[in-house]
Amino acid sequence: MYKILKKEALNPTVTKMEIQAPFVAAKAQPGQFVILRVDEAGERIPLTVAGYDREKGSVTIIFQIVGATTERLNHLNEGDSLQDFVGPLGVATRTQGLKKVCVVGGGVGCAIALPVAKKLHDQGCAVTSIIGFRSKDLLILEDEFRACSDVLHVMTDDGSYGREGNVCVPLNEMFAAGETFDEVIAIGPLIMMKFVVEATRPTGIPCVVSMNPIMIDGTGMCGGCRLTLRQDGKSVTKFACVDGPDFDGYQVDFDEAMSRGAMYRDFERHAYEETCNLFKKEAQ
Amino acid sequence: MANMNPKKNPMPTQDPKVRAHNFSEVALGYDEATAIDEALRCLNCKNMPCVSGCPVNIHIPAFIEKIKEGDFEGAYQIIQQSSSLPAVCGRVCPQETQCESKCVRGIKGEPVGIGRLERFVADWHNAHAQAAPEKVPSNGHKVAVVGSGPSGLTCAGDLAKKGYEVTVFEALHTAGGVLVYGIPEFRLPKSIVQKEVDNLTAMGVKMETNMVIGKTLTIDELFDMGFEAVFVGSGAGLPNFMGIPGESLKGVYSANEFLTRSNLMKAYKDEPVTPIMKGGKVAVVGGGNVAMDAARTALRLGAEKVYIVYRRSLEELPARKEEVEHAMEEGIEFKLLHNPVEILGYQNPDDKRDPKNGFVTGMRCIKMELGEPDEKGRRRPIPIEGSEFDIDVDTVVMSIGTSPNPLIKSTTEGLEVNRHGGIIVEEQTGATTKAGVYAGGDAVTGAATVISAMGAGKVAAKAIDEYLAKK
Repeated sequence: MYKILKKEALNPTVTKMEIQAPFVAAKAQPGQFVILRVDEAGERIPLTVAGYDREKGSVTIIFQIVGATTERLNHLNEGDSLQDFVGPLGVATRTQGLKKVCVVGGGVGCAIALPVAKKLHDQGCAVTSIIGFRSKDLLILEDEFRACSDVLHVMTDDGSYGREGNVCVPLNEMFAAGETFDEVIAIGPLIMMKFVVEATRPTGIPCVVSMNPIMIDGTGMCGGCRLTLRQDGKSVTKFACVDGPDFDGYQVDFDEAMSRGAMYRDFERHAYEETCNLFKKEAQ
Repeated sequence: MANMNPKKNPMPTQDPKVRAHNFSEVALGYDEATAIDEALRCLNCKNMPCVSGCPVNIHIPAFIEKIKEGDFEGAYQIIQQSSSLPAVCGRVCPQETQCESKCVRGIKGEPVGIGRLERFVADWHNAHAQAAPEKVPSNGHKVAVVGSGPSGLTCAGDLAKKGYEVTVFEALHTAGGVLVYGIPEFRLPKSIVQKEVDNLTAMGVKMETNMVIGKTLTIDELFDMGFEAVFVGSGAGLPNFMGIPGESLKGVYSANEFLTRSNLMKAYKDEPVTPIMKGGKVAVVGGGNVAMDAARTALRLGAEKVYIVYRRSLEELPARKEEVEHAMEEGIEFKLLHNPVEILGYQNPDDKRDPKNGFVTGMRCIKMELGEPDEKGRRRPIPIEGSEFDIDVDTVVMSIGTSPNPLIKSTTEGLEVNRHGGIIVEEQTGATTKAGVYAGGDAVTGAATVISAMGAGKVAAKAIDEYLAKK
């Protein structure tokens, strides 16, 4: 069992938890992920590592309450334990040799982008961060990003905080002004990553994206997390769990990934409603 | 007096019409009288040809003699000397190509039902035995076993019997490997696997789940932790796809994913937490045991029609004969000498947000004919030009084999693999190119059988014992 050492609500739908998992904490790197089960009957869900404390033997996860499992997870409190917590899985984000990078985070994706930005900053890389949210109440990790970024752009879709607009607005402005980077790293919803890739493509700057498809085992066994890359005119199948989760954004077939991500939408919506009803009944 | 009936006692099974809708075990097993009657068909041959057909060399005539005497526990003790998982093997071994293929009774009639007798003995023991397996005093040596599938469990069991302190590291949340995530409940009840795992735990074997060796810990770190030898039985790994258009449509699964969702994640239950596509028409591509398992699982999940699509003919089907027969009895349609060329999906030209977009609607197949035998002696399938046609399906399960998992190889210096990615071992010992590291099962051979993996686990356990004795 894996104990919850700390729990904090970052906003009404996003929660941060620190989990006791010494084996995972000893090895975790930015960009890697864990798979967890809340309880004995639970499903396996992947969550990207948001932080780790090697001395304390703990791993931080930040998750958005989007379905039945994350709802159940959010009902646990400090002192409770998770049934399973396995990792670190996947390949760590490559940061070696990077001197000037633009990190783009969208929504809860900022939780994953933060350790990448931190690692780059710690190795002396110049970091420009763009973080985007739908509105002010969904804003997370602003101070943390400010601490590890040379330049920070905070964007909200509705203009309720920072600048109004999506993350591509400052990105396009920088490109128009002739700004250049060794790499752009985009982590967030698929549609955001797709737009960041398209905005970056004309510049020829390498653009890395972090994919988060449906997964079961996380070790390459099931192939459910497969995605298609276009490499030298050919379609190549890759598994996000062992080959990723980071990929060259210019090669990823985002439309297919978005379609696959919606495979169980009806089931998930139903399960979420059932779970919420269950918790409501318990509360009464 | 030997029973000279040329036919085996039939295995009682659930009615095909009933079992096609439930996940309970298909074969029900012999009762005591039937087991004794079947045992009496054994001629107790002096040269024991059957034993040479068994990958773990069970003393077959000896255990059958005990059944004749009605000493079922005695029979179990004999099997148990050679096999750690008799209740499993009695159910899933391809006996027709192993022990039973060598049986003298098979020359004029059917061979002795060795597999059915093995299963009977193991089930009798599990139902009647009181004493938990004994814990052998420790010899002070620690061995790590990577993977809790058939090779790992066998290796762990054999080493524990010799007094080694064995720790098994399993990547998933439940021990059992392919016996749990792959083989369905109706062919191998999970309670039987759990019982075998519990037996090992009672013998002092430690089971560490949620440990992905190659990620959470490396092989070298296991040595640093004080393990003196490591057995790698990490299984086959990455599922193969055909590389045809449409394989990423919604409704296309690898057999591994389809079976894992149903078996390990219990998606077959009424209120599952892990979803799976149920009902409609299902095509399973491939002809092995895994394909049969996937097809029969789809049927039980409520499919209205299930096809097996296989590019060769009935004769070349690699699955166990019994599984093929069971599948046919249950109403699965075999589309033999057929090969998929494309999976077809729905796309509403007027509405990009139509929720049906991207789901499978059909599969385009081409008819095949058999040409000259290839290097393995199997006749090569050749497409018949212009014979393409479409079948309506909602779900496609690709069951065309797996490739070895790169996680351990990529993090273990000195561990060599062949061009297929299988770990290179010395056949007689299971020793890899790295000192103190042994390997067996699908991680070495690619997808094969439970019993061959057990055989490899056994060979490695013996070699590890000899290696550590010399050290």
